[in-house]
Amino acid sequence: MEEPQWARVDHPPIDYQDLHYYAAPKRKAGPRSLEEVDPELLKMYEKLGIPLKERAILAGVDPDTVENTQVAVDAVFDSVSVATTFQETLRKAGVIFCPISEAVREHPNLVRQYLGTVVPTGDNFFAALNSAVFTDGSFVFIPKGVRCPMELSTYFRINARNTGQFERTLIIAEEGSHVSYLEGCTAPQRDENQLHAAVVELVALDDAQIKYSTVQNWYPGDANGKGGIYNFVTKRGACRGARSKISWTQVETGSAITWKYPSCVLLGEDSVGEFYSVAVTNNHQQADTGTKMIHVGKGSRSTIISKGISAGQSNNTYRGLVRMLPSASNARNFTQCDSLLIGDRCGAHTVPYIESRNPTAKVEHEATTSKIADDQLFYCRQRGLSEEDAVGLIVNGFCKDVLKELPMEFAVEAQKLLAVSLEGSVG
Amino acid sequence: MLEIRELAASIGDKPILKGIDLTVPDGEVHAIMGPNGSGKSTLGYVLSGRDEYAVTGGSATFNGVDLLDMEPEQRAAAGVFLAFQAPIELPGVNNANFLRTALNAIRRAHGESELDAVQFLKMARVATKQLAMPDDMLKRNVNVGFSGGEKKRNEVLQMAILRPKLAILDETDSGLDIDALKIVADGVNALRGPAFSALVITHHQRLLDHLIPNRVHVLAHGRIVRSGGPELAKELEKSGYAGLIAEAA
Repeated sequence: MEEPQWARVDHPPIDYQDLHYYAAPKRKAGPRSLEEVDPELLKMYEKLGIPLKERAILAGVDPDTVENTQVAVDAVFDSVSVATTFQETLRKAGVIFCPISEAVREHPNLVRQYLGTVVPTGDNFFAALNSAVFTDGSFVFIPKGVRCPMELSTYFRINARNTGQFERTLIIAEEGSHVSYLEGCTAPQRDENQLHAAVVELVALDDAQIKYSTVQNWYPGDANGKGGIYNFVTKRGACRGARSKISWTQVETGSAITWKYPSCVLLGEDSVGEFYSVAVTNNHQQADTGTKMIHVGKGSRSTIISKGISAGQSNNTYRGLVRMLPSASNARNFTQCDSLLIGDRCGAHTVPYIESRNPTAKVEHEATTSKIADDQLFYCRQRGLSEEDAVGLIVNGFCKDVLKELPMEFAVEAQKLLAVSLEGSVG
Repeated sequence: MLEIRELAASIGDKPILKGIDLTVPDGEVHAIMGPNGSGKSTLGYVLSGRDEYAVTGGSATFNGVDLLDMEPEQRAAAGVFLAFQAPIELPGVNNANFLRTALNAIRRAHGESELDAVQFLKMARVATKQLAMPDDMLKRNVNVGFSGGEKKRNEVLQMAILRPKLAILDETDSGLDIDALKIVADGVNALRGPAFSALVITHHQRLLDHLIPNRVHVLAHGRIVRSGGPELAKELEKSGYAGLIAEAA
C-alpha cells in the first residue's frame, strides 16, 4: 500500500521505520515543573480556564518528579475518584466503557463480531497501519434499549492520555439505544509523537443513535510551521439498522496537518447521517477534512454543515463525498460549506464530490466564501470591543450552526478555544 | 467638550477634510449639513478612528484627551459613539450578546463590574420599550435581514444602551418615515443632559424639527463655510447650498 497523495497537504516523507510500534514510546525527560514549561502554552491554559493541577499534567510534567509530586498526585487522585463513581453508574445501566485492550480480554465475542467491520484492515494506508499495530483505545457497548445515563468522555479515562499514536475506538449501539461520546479536550496537549493514525468505528443498529463529538487541539507547531502533530485519522460509522442515526460533530483547531473524513454508511432504511464541522487553521497549519455520506438504504437522509476558517498562511480544504447508490430511493442530502478567510495569505478550498445513481434521490449543495470585513471589525471596535474580541465574536457567529450541536459544556469551551486559536491573526 | 482644530484628513492621496474648526460644548447638539461629498461622513469616521482615513493635520480632543491618538475601542470607552449611515451586518451574532459584550467592555475600561445576562436583558428591555421597538430585535442577529429602517433604529437602541457622552449620527434619518424619524429624535433627546453632546449629520431640516440643535454648521469642500442657529437649517431648506458654496469658493 502507498500513502495517499490526493489530499491538499504537504509534508516531508514520513520515516515509518523510525516509529515505535510494539512498545509504548520511551518518554523523553519532560519538564520537571511548571516553571520549565513553555510560557506561551501556560498562557493559553490560563485563557482557557484550566485548573492549575491539570495544566501541569497536560504540559507533560512528569508526575513522578519530586518537585511536583503533590500537584500531580492530587490531579491523578481526583481523576481516579471521578472515574470510579462514573464506572459504577455505567455498570448499573449495563453500559460497557473501557480500554479496548480490556475489552479484548473481557468481551472477546463483541470485539470479534464488530472490530474491523466498518473500517476494514485494508481500507486505506493509515487505517492499515493502525490495524496492524494499535495497542489501545476505547470500547463502548450500549445494550438494547438503553439510554446511556451520561455523556462518555475520554477526558475522564486516565489511560486515554498515553494511548499514543495508534488509538483504536469501537462504539456499538444496539437496537433503540442512545449514546453521546466526547473525545478530546480543549487544552493543547504536548506529545512526543508526530504521527497520529487513529481509527474510530461506530455501529448503530435499529433505532439506535450515536452522537460523537470531537474537540481536537493537538500541538499545531510554532508560528513558523516547525513541529506539530500529523493527525491522519479514519473515522466511520455504519447505520446498519432502520431509523438509526449517527451524528459527527468536530471542532478541529490543532495539529500541523489534519487529514480526516468522519463518514456515515447509511445502510438502514430511513437512517440518518450528520456531519457538523468547524476547522480552524492558522499560521502554517494545513487541514484537509470533510465527510463521506454513502446512501444505501431507502429514504436515508444526511446533513453536512462545514465551516472552515483560515488565517495566517494556512490552507483549509473541505473534501466531501455524497454517494447515492441505486438502492437509495428517495434519499436526501443537504450540504452547506462555508469558508471564512482572515487576512490575505491563507487559502480555502472546497472539493465536493457528488454521485447519484438513483433518480429519486435529492442532493443539495450550498457553498460560500467570505472574509472578515474591515468594516465588521471597525463596527465592533467602535462599540468598544477589542480587535481580538471582535474576531472571536464574528468567528463564533460564523460557526454557530455547528457549535450548537456540541454538548453544552463542550460548546462553551469550544467558543473560547476558537477565539484563542485565532489570536494575533488580524492586523 | 469636543474641540476640533484645523483638522485635515485624506483617503489615499485625496484630501477630504481641509481644516475643520469646530467646538461642541457639553450638553449641546450640533447639526452638520452640506452637499454630498463635502466630507460629513469622513468627519464622523475620523473622529471615531476608522483607519482608512489618514489624519494629515490638526487636532481633535474630547474632554481634554487627544482622540486621534486612541484606538477605536478606546474612543468608545471614552464615550464616543458613531451611529453608522449603513450599519454593518454580523451573521450569527446575536444582537443582545453583541450589545452586552460591548457594554461590558466599556464598563471594564471604567473599572465597573460587568453585567450578567439577566441584568443586561432587564436593562435592554427597558430601552426597547422606550424606543417602541419589539423585544425580538434583541434576539435577532446584528442587522442581518433588518430593513433599512430597522437598522437605523437598532443604532439608536445601541446608543440608548451604551449611553455615550458624544454621539455622532451619520445620516441616521435618511430613508426613515416620519414615525421612525421621531423615534430617532426621541432617542437622542432622551440622552440630552449636561454631560451629553451630539453631532448630527443630516441632509434634511425635517429631523431638526424634532431634534432641535443648538448650532448648525454647513460643510462644503472639506471646510465649515457657515455656522448659525437652528434657523440656518430652515434657510438652507429654502435656498439650497449653491449660494453658500459659491461664496466660499
